[in-house]
Order: sequence, then structure tokens, then C-alpha cells
Amino acid sequence: MNAPLRVPRDFDSGQEVRWCPGCGDYAILRAVQKTLAGLDADPSNTVFVSGIGCAARLPYYLATYGFHTIHGRAPAIATGLKLANPDLDVWLVTGDGDGLSIGAGHLLHLLRRNVNCQVLLFNNEAYGLTKGQYSPTSRIGTVTPSSPAGSVGHPVSACRFALGSGARFVARGIDTRIAELQTTLSAAHAFTGTAFVEILQNCIVYNDGVFSDFTGRSVAAERQIHVTHGEPLRFGPDLNRGLILDRDAFALRAVPVGPDGVPEEEVLVHDQSNRGLATLLATMEGPDLPLAIGVLFAETGSVFEAEVRGQVEERGDLPLPDLLRRTSTWKVSP
Amino acid sequence: MQPPANLTPSTGGVVVRFAGDSGDGIQLSGMRLTMAAALGGKGVSTLPDFPAEIRAPAGTTYGVSAFQLRVGEGEVLTPGDTPDVLVAFNPASLKTNIGDLGRDGLLVVDSGTFTARSLKKAGYNENPLETGPLNGVRTLTPDISRHTLDAVKEFDLGQKGSLRCRNMWAVGLTLWLLDRDTIEAEDWIRSRFGDSPVGNANLAALKAGHAYGETTELPSLELLQTRTGTHVWPPGDYRTVTGAEALAFGLAAAADRTTVDVVFCAYPITPASTLLHHLSAMRRRNIVTFQAEDEIGAACAAIGASYGGAIGVTSSSGPGISLKAEALGLAVAVELPLVVVNSQRAGPSTGMPTKTEQADLLQALYGRHGEAPLVVLAPKSPSDCYATAIEAADIAIRYMTPVIILSDAFIASTSEPWRLPEPDAPGTNPAQFLTDPENFEPFARDPDTLARAWVKPGTPGLAHRIGGLEKSAGSGGISYDPDNHQLMNDTRIAKVARVGRTLPPAVAEGPDDASLCVVTWGSTFGAAREALARCRAEGTNAAHIHLRHLHPLPANLGELLAAYRGILVPEVNSGQLVRVLRDRFVVDAESLPKVTGKPFRVDELVGAITAKAEALA
Repeated sequence: MNAPLRVPRDFDSGQEVRWCPGCGDYAILRAVQKTLAGLDADPSNTVFVSGIGCAARLPYYLATYGFHTIHGRAPAIATGLKLANPDLDVWLVTGDGDGLSIGAGHLLHLLRRNVNCQVLLFNNEAYGLTKGQYSPTSRIGTVTPSSPAGSVGHPVSACRFALGSGARFVARGIDTRIAELQTTLSAAHAFTGTAFVEILQNCIVYNDGVFSDFTGRSVAAERQIHVTHGEPLRFGPDLNRGLILDRDAFALRAVPVGPDGVPEEEVLVHDQSNRGLATLLATMEGPDLPLAIGVLFAETGSVFEAEVRGQVEERGDLPLPDLLRRTSTWKVSP
Repeated sequence: MQPPANLTPSTGGVVVRFAGDSGDGIQLSGMRLTMAAALGGKGVSTLPDFPAEIRAPAGTTYGVSAFQLRVGEGEVLTPGDTPDVLVAFNPASLKTNIGDLGRDGLLVVDSGTFTARSLKKAGYNENPLETGPLNGVRTLTPDISRHTLDAVKEFDLGQKGSLRCRNMWAVGLTLWLLDRDTIEAEDWIRSRFGDSPVGNANLAALKAGHAYGETTELPSLELLQTRTGTHVWPPGDYRTVTGAEALAFGLAAAADRTTVDVVFCAYPITPASTLLHHLSAMRRRNIVTFQAEDEIGAACAAIGASYGGAIGVTSSSGPGISLKAEALGLAVAVELPLVVVNSQRAGPSTGMPTKTEQADLLQALYGRHGEAPLVVLAPKSPSDCYATAIEAADIAIRYMTPVIILSDAFIASTSEPWRLPEPDAPGTNPAQFLTDPENFEPFARDPDTLARAWVKPGTPGLAHRIGGLEKSAGSGGISYDPDNHQLMNDTRIAKVARVGRTLPPAVAEGPDDASLCVVTWGSTFGAAREALARCRAEGTNAAHIHLRHLHPLPANLGELLAAYRGILVPEVNSGQLVRVLRDRFVVDAESLPKVTGKPFRVDELVGAITAKAEALA
């Protein structure tokens, strides 16, 4: 007989949640708890490691092992943790400032090494905990206390950064679409290697509505495409639009599908093993193209900590007296 | 574990320095001479001195690489102040080293390299071999290049390949000067090159150099032979060891004793990388090495490993240690074990990466934001690194605290004979992990050590959250309570202070009636010990306190120091330990600073100690 499955409440640490009322983080916390319950995860074998920022408070609210570390360094700490114990199920929680500014170097190396863990990057295009400065993902012209005349400098795309770093699992989700996020997080968990998930998260205090062009109820169907491996890349209220490859522009183009548009068979089919397609999907930022949501890329490869541990095993094991004598020695007799 | 320090260290012996281009095989030659001396039962201490450039342009003064060794009776604690024999492989190495050769010294130069072009490259306007006695010393000018080419002719290695054997010719000659045979060097050449033309050519060059010594009248021969004499060593198995090697072995021993894996995380940096190399090559299943993306990543990965139940170790040198500072604060705050090795080098900034310094003491003690106490240890010699590594891991685990080991470029690369320790059986001091969920609180403390319990993620029923935010005493929940912060702060300080309760007391060695005490730490030990032996032989009495534990300090130190009218603190920095002693004990300690990138010379210390003792008399 199977033991009763865990429920989301089993992953609630009981610590009072201190995010601003209405923050998108509440929805993400809910999605994470539902995901863990759905996976019937063992709280004793699950570790959430975070850096610094609003997002990084998440581990305190989960009844698993948790380590709230220092700004930007969670990827390095998670790497050391996995080297010490590869069997742990490690989730890493970061934000656009933590993961793409102060900690971008570490995140790049975590992704290229392919350490087996899940990375949740909460992207709200702002520094929340320090009171609303622009972040590396803020769009040009973002007016904040540190950029009263509007921010300058081009923003980084989280998913393209991940793909460029050699990430082998790249996905995007939206805070309030909890059910879909749960599916994506479950897929990330099932992936062996670093699974990177960008979560668009609304900061109700400093950057409210920054994603409403894509997430607003009235525009969502037009402005989002939910990709599924092996399915045609179609979107719109009646799936009446699709993506085709514009060979001249070497880019994706959104076109009507059907009698008034291109034939159905010309619409691209999503192939999550295709890094080039994933890059094109990650690049779509409007206004003519929808935002791609779901698993953009997934291709397994060798896993860092397993390779390291494998080499250590192969190196063999010598008792200390033998190690000390692997050179010229001499004996002095009494 | 270690034989006690010899109170009458060798003050004689012969000092040999090889100097040449960094591609001339100087370091390798030095190690062969070291091994031959050690296998012959001599004491030996070495000082490799190489440029930061990997292959500087040949023949330039800034590309000169040198290796100095001192061979003598008994325990040789320093590589010697000035060479008795200088072997210069080219004009540039002559130019940069001749000033160090003593008046009684013997200079050997490869006259075959003194061409117009190489003289010009070295900055000589005329050939110094032709313009009269060099520095007034006896000079031998064999054409080593020609002799080597003749000796290896039959192996068809070409001009360039043949001349690569020059160093072995010089090793052969030097072994003869030291009254040593060539057996060890021959064995080494055979094991390295096998029965190949290169191997046989090196053997031929080695033997030709040795034979050259035999057939040439050398003025200093008798003197050298009598000065190297014989000595009775404590029985045991011996090898030579550098500080970096001994640290690596010590960490392996720590993993065995505690039955906990070592996860060693480092980013390449001179002169610390050798430790990473030794551990990466070590045939050990309980040692994992990780070359991180940067210094911060290395420190954080080590903390992650410790959190996961391993001994996290991170290693670097000055600039890298600065980068790790924030992470050390985290380790202090979450109270996890961590070992940090600092192979100090000359700073600030990039400074002189291959040169030694002891200038990171105050950084180790105080260089973090907030009140962030941790434990600081310093090995006194290469072989002492073994015990220091074991002790560091032991304290880190027992007290759940970071421990900094202050090694330096000198200790890391210098070598000496080492009587091999009897290793403890694996698991003699196993780390304890908490597994009982009953009344679990992550920041409950052991009443004796004040350490919190070490809990491995993965342990059923003990899931909990830790972090850099201030924690409530006991429960570990986030707390901004003023009284709690005071309590946690005081407890962190008290915990590290408690390490001092189990430390061996500081010992003042030397005559009871001395009014002067010399206080040293780290690699200054050898030069100070030898200088004090020489002072006593010359009628100057002074005591010596050497500190291995820099934080916390031994509990009896203040009382000990109070017994002296004068305290002299030689350090390879601008006066750091001296500030700590003055601060802690309000004593009139005097600094003897030095920052030349080189360790203290014995004669410098003898001069300073004698002057200070006379001033007190």
C-alpha cells in the first residue's frame, strides 16, 4: 500500500511570510509547495539555497532544509553542497539582481557545469529589497530612485543568458499561472542537470504591472505562446496564429494560420532539443511576437558532480603511510 | 607527533645557490642536490626563488631563477644567509647573484655562456671574467657548455638538446664539492627518462661533472667536506617535504581521522596553487578538489560543502583571501566548519606574487565586516604544516568555526627532511553529526565548547533553515531583537575564545635569567631559532616564544611576557603581531619589521637581538 502523498501544507515551515501583500512571490511559493507535494518530495532530502533579495527569503517559508546565503553566491554554495552530497535534491532561488548582476559569474558557471539542481530566477526587473532601483533586466528608460531620468544600458535576457552559458534546461513561467508553473517546475525537477526557470514576477510596490503587456487578462492569449515539445508553435485566442521561420531575416515571425494565413503544416513544431530554436524563442520580446512560456530547451548531458566524483573514485585510494612514501625515503635506524 | 625542536640548531653547513635562466632546470637541479644531501643523512633546508614570468626572455636579469640550499649537520632550520658556493649558468645570473656571495665563497660560472650577446643582454659592458677577480672571490670558470656537449655527443641530441643537460653536469660537480656521490641523482634520472637517449645523456653529463671535480684542484674542497660532517638523527622513516605537500598530507590525515570527506575548493593563484595540484593528484577517495570560477566561488563552495557534511577547505593567497572576506563572515554567522589556507605573498595588490611576506596577520584577525571572530593558526616550518592542517580541521569541526591557516610563499615552497609521522588509524577522532530530532534546535549549544550541532541535510526529521541574518539563540529563527543580537555576538566571541582553553601553553625557551624575549610566529621560527642559538654561543642571552596559535592566543602568554624587560618581535611585515601583543597585554614590545619579499636572514636577527640585549643590560 502506498503511503499517503504529501500535500502542499506539509511544505509550509510555519514561519510568518513577510513579503509585501500582493507580491507575486506568494504565488510562486504556492506553486513550489504544490510542486513539491505533487512530486511527493522528501523534505529531509530537499534543500533550498538562496542568495540575497526578496526572492531569497523563500527557503524560510518551506519545511525543507534551507540555506539563505550571501548576495549572488548561491550557485557556488549549491555546487559545493552537491560535491559533498550528490544525492541531495537541491533547489536554488535567485532574482534578477542576485543572479544576473552580482552573481552572474557564478550562475554562468553553474549552468555550464551542469550541476544537477533546479534554479528558480524570480525576475521582477527591479531591486525590491533595496527600495526599487533598476536591475540588469530593467528596460531602458525605467525611472527609479537611482535612475530619475530613466535607466540607460541594455537589459540582459535571463533565458538568453542561460542558453549562452550552456544551460541544458531553460524554461520560463509566470508567477500567477500557478498550474502551468507547477508543470514547468516538475519538468525542471525531472531533468538531470541544471534546470533553469525564469519566473516573471510582479513587484507590486516598485514595478507594478511591468509585465502587464504580456500577462494582462485581455492580452495574454495574443501575447503569450505556451510551447510544448512536439506540438506546433501556435497561439492566439483560437490558436489562430503561429510561428514560422523567416529565412531571410533568420528570425521567427508570427503569422495568421488557416484559410487567411499560412497553411497549418508550415507552422514550426517545437523541438526542445534544438538550441537554435530555443534561442529564437527566448529572443521574442514583442511587440510583434509573443512571449514564449514553458520549456524552451532541454537536452541532457554529463553532470558535473557525478563526473568529479567519478574521477575521485578512479584515482584510487592509498593509505596515508603509502601516500607519504610515494617519493624517495630513507630510514634512520636506532 | 613531531620531534621536539632542536634547541641547538645547526649554525654551520654549506650554502649552495644555483642560478640561471628559468628554463635551465635550476629548480630541478636544486631538488636533486637536496635529495642527495638528505639521503646522505644531512640536514637540509631549501629556498627556491623563481621569477613570476613563466619563461622570461632567455638571458635577461629578470628571467633569472635561483635555488638555494643549505646542507649541514643536524637540524638545519634556514636555507642560509649567503651562499658559500654560487653556480651561475649565464652572465645575467652572475650579475643578479654575485653580490650575495660571501668573501670566502666559491664562484662557479659557465664561461661558455659569456658571449658578447649574452653579456650585453645582462647589461655587462665588458666580460667580468676577464676584468679581474669577481667580488674578490675564488672563481672557477669551466666551460660547462663545452664539457656538456663533449660528454653527451654520442646521444645525438643536437646542440639545443645537448645543452639541456648542462644542469646535470653542474649537479655532478656540486655533489662532488659536497662530498656526495651521484647515486640518488642517477636513480632519479633513470626513473624519469628511462633508458632513452635523453636519460643516458643526462647520466653522462652528471658523471662528467662529478669527474671534473675529482680531476680539478679546488681550493675550498677540504673546508666544505669538514663543514658538512655527520649527525645522528632520531630513528624513523624520512623524506623531504615542502609546506604545500605537508598541508596536503595533513588534510588527508584529517579526513581519515574524522571520517569526513575533504572538499577542497580553490582558484588558481601563485603561490597557493601547488596545494591544489598536490590534492588533485592525491590518490584519495576522501578528498574532492574543485577548481572554482573565482575566489569567492571557491570560498562559497567550501561553505556549501561544509553545510553538506564535508570538511570544506578553501585556499588562496592575499588578493584572493581579500575576495573571500564576505564569505568568511557567512561561515562565522551560520557557524559551520571551514578551513582557509592563506599562502601569504608580498602585497598590497598583486605585489610580488612569488615573494614571501607575513603581512596578512591583521587581515586574518580582523579583516571582516561586523564582529566576526575566528581561529588563526600558523605553521612554523614545512613539516609543521602537517600537524597544523590536522589541528585546523579538528578545531573547525569541534567548534563549528572557520579556521585560517597562515602559511606563506616561503613555507609553501621550501623543503626540509621530515620524519614521517605514525598516522592515526582512520576514525580516531570522528566528527559527530546530530541525528536525533528530539527537542532539536539548530542553534542550541554544547555547554562546554559553545558549538552548535552539525546537522547534515538529508537527515530525517531535522529539516531547518539557516542563513546570514541574525538568528534567535537556540531556535535559529530570524531575529532583530536587540538583546538577542548582543547575546549571539557575545556567544560567537566566547566560543572562539574557548578554543584557547585546550591549547598547549606558550613556552619560553632559553635561559631563565634572560631579560629579553624574542616573540615570533609562522615562518620566522627557523631564522629566529638559529639566531638565538648563535647569540647564546656568542654570550648573548635571550628567550624565545614562538606562537602557533594567533587567535586565540595561549592563555598564559601575558604572564610569560610580563617576566621580560624587553620584547622583540621580528616579522616579515611592518609590525603586526607586535600591535596585537601591545594591545592585549599592554607591554612595551618592539617591532623588528622587514618587507623585502625575503625571509629574515639569521645575521640580521643576531644583530638586532644583540643590540637589544645590550641596550637592556
